[in-house]
Amino acid sequence: MSRIAETFTRLQAAGEKALIPFITAGDPDPGLTVSLMHGLVEGGADVIELGIPFSDPMADGPVIQRASERALLHKVGLRNVLDMVREFRRSNQQTPVVLMGYLNPVHVLGYEVFAQEAAAAGVDGVLTVDCPPEEAAELSAALIAAKLDPVFLIAPTTPMARVKQIAALARGYVYYVSLKGVTGAGNLDIDDVARKIAALREFIDVPIGVGFGIRDAETARAISTAADAVVVGSRLVQEIEAATPETAKEQLTRLVASLKDAIR
Amino acid sequence: MSSYDFPDARGHFGPYGGVYVAETLMAALDELNAEYARAKADPAFWQEYHYELKHFVGRPSPIYHAKRWSEQLGGAQIYFKREDLNHTGAHKVNNTIGQALLARRMGKKRVIAETGAGQHGVASATVAARYGMECVVYMGSEDVKRQAPNVFRMKLLGATVVPVESGSKTLKDALNEAMRDWVTNIDSTFYILGTAAGPHPYPMLVRDFQRIIGIEAKEQMQEMVGRQPDMVVACVGGGSNAIGIFHPYVEVEGVRLVGVEAGGDGVATGRHAAPLSAGKPGVLHGFRSYLMQDENGQIIETHSVSAGLDYPGVGPEHSLLKDIGRAEYVAINDDEALKAFEDCCHLEGIIPALESSHALAYAAKIAPTMAKDQIILVNLSGRGDKDINTVAGLMGLTL
Repeated sequence: MSRIAETFTRLQAAGEKALIPFITAGDPDPGLTVSLMHGLVEGGADVIELGIPFSDPMADGPVIQRASERALLHKVGLRNVLDMVREFRRSNQQTPVVLMGYLNPVHVLGYEVFAQEAAAAGVDGVLTVDCPPEEAAELSAALIAAKLDPVFLIAPTTPMARVKQIAALARGYVYYVSLKGVTGAGNLDIDDVARKIAALREFIDVPIGVGFGIRDAETARAISTAADAVVVGSRLVQEIEAATPETAKEQLTRLVASLKDAIR
Repeated sequence: MSSYDFPDARGHFGPYGGVYVAETLMAALDELNAEYARAKADPAFWQEYHYELKHFVGRPSPIYHAKRWSEQLGGAQIYFKREDLNHTGAHKVNNTIGQALLARRMGKKRVIAETGAGQHGVASATVAARYGMECVVYMGSEDVKRQAPNVFRMKLLGATVVPVESGSKTLKDALNEAMRDWVTNIDSTFYILGTAAGPHPYPMLVRDFQRIIGIEAKEQMQEMVGRQPDMVVACVGGGSNAIGIFHPYVEVEGVRLVGVEAGGDGVATGRHAAPLSAGKPGVLHGFRSYLMQDENGQIIETHSVSAGLDYPGVGPEHSLLKDIGRAEYVAINDDEALKAFEDCCHLEGIIPALESSHALAYAAKIAPTMAKDQIILVNLSGRGDKDINTVAGLMGLTL
C-alpha cells in the first residue's frame, strides 16, 4: 500500500479527516522549506502538498504567484525541490509528500527521469495542474512505474463523463477544485461543494480532497463534513509572507493546528 | 506534401499543440470545439464572416508591388500583402470577427482578450462594440507604457484595459491573467485569443480565421503576375499572421515559406524572442511548442523592440512546419527591423508596424541574393502608426 493510501486508511479507521497543507518549495528561502514541512507535520498535517515554483502559474491567484516569485529569486529548480524532500525524509518516513505544480519543469527533466528521481527522493504523488487526463498518459505511466500516485483535479465544470475517465486514472486521492477560479479566490459555495462531492462518490473510489478558497477553520470544518481531505494553500502562504524567517515555522504550526482541530 | 492535415481530433500538430490546461477550463474548451465544428459546417456562419470582412474590414486587402525598394535592392521583386489597410490597422481583426461571431452563437455577452502591441486588444474592443458585448483587455503594464495610443483607442471603443503587473509585465503575463479571468468567469465569458496558440481548438480556429490572407494572396498573385511567389515571408510572434498566409501555400510546391522571429539584441546575446531559432520544446499557455526556457523549465523573459513579437512561445503549427522542413525560421534583430521600417517609409510611402518590419528586413536581406524575375511576397501584417512613439524615442525625440 502506498504511503498516501496508508494515511487515508488510518484516518478513516479513526473517523478523522485529512488536512493537506500546501506550501511552495523555496518560499521564502530554500533553507527554510524542510523546517516548514516539519512544522506542518507538528501542527497536524496528514499529507503535504509541496509546490514546484514556476514562472507562469496560470491557475494560481496572486498569493501563490508571489510565493513562486520569491522561490525563483533563489533559482529553485525541480531538482532542488527533490533535494528538500530527500532531506525531509531523513527524519520523517510517515507523512506523504505530493508535488504540485505545472508541467514544464517536469517536461524539461523528462517524465521517466523525473519519476525515478522523485520516487528515490521520497515523493509519494504528483499533481501537474496543467496536464489533464487527455495529455497525461505518458507522465502517468512513468509515475505509476515508479510507484508514485498521479493525482488529478476535478472541477465544478467537469461533466460526469469526464469524472468517470478521471476516476479510472486517479491514484492516491482526487483533488476537487471547490470553485470556478484561481487558488485563494473568495467565491466558495459550501453547499454546492457538498452536493458535488456526494455526486462524485458514485464514481470515485479514492479519497476526495477539496481545495481552493478555504481560508479559515470554519470553512475547513464545513468542507470536511463532505470531503475526505481539506487542502489549504493560499492562507498558509499568506502566513509565511507575513512572518519573519525566524517566526515562520512557529506561526505555520499554530495555524495548521487550528485547522486540524477544526476538522477533527 | 499531399497529406498535410493538422491538427488531429485532440488538437495535436504532430508532437505539438494539445490541451494543457487546468481541469476547470476543459469543459469550456470542449464546448468551444463543438460549437466551432457546428459553425464550420454552417454556410450561414461563413457567409456572415465574409460579409463582415468585406463591409466592416474592407477586404480583400490588396497586393502591392514595392517597386522602388525592389529596384534599390537590385534582386527579387518584393510584393506586400496589405493587411495594414484593414480596419483597425492589422490582420488581427480577421480573427476577432470570427471569434466574436462564435461568441454570439454561444450566447456569451462578455469577451476578454490579451494583447501585446495592442493590435489584438483594439481588434477585440472593436468587434465587442460592433456586436454589443462587454470587453476586458489584459495588457502587460510595460506594454501599456510603450503602446499608449492603442490603450486609448481601446478605451474609446468602450473596453476596459487592465494593466498586468505580474512576471515580466508583457504579453505572456497578459495571457496568464486572461486565463485566470476566464477560469473565474467561465459561464459568462468568451476568451478571444489573439494568436494561433493556446489550448486546442484555438490554434486551429485562429488559423482558419486568418487563412483568408493566404487564400486571397494566391488568387491575387495569379491575377497580377500570373504565378505564385518564390518565397512568402511573415513575422512570427505567436504566429497568426504567418500561419494565415502560409497555410494555403503549404501544399503548393516551389513556394518557400519563411517565418521571421524577433532577434532583439541578437540571438547570440540571449536577449531576443526567437523560440524557433533558439528554444526547446516545452509546455506553456495550454500547448506544447518551441519555447524560450532555462534549464529548470522556467520561462525566460523576452526582448524585442516590437511588443507584438515579445512572446516566449510560438504557435504549435509553426513548430511542426519547422520540424518537417516545410517552413524555415530566421531571426531579425531590432536594428535591422528599424532600418527596414525607415526604408519602407522613405521608399514606399508606407509606415509599417515594427512587427511587420522584421519580415520586411528579411526580404530586404535576401532579395539581393535572388534573381530579378523572382518574387518575394511579404505579409505586411500591420501599420506602424501605433509605433511612432517607440521609434521617436529611439531617435531621441519626444512627441
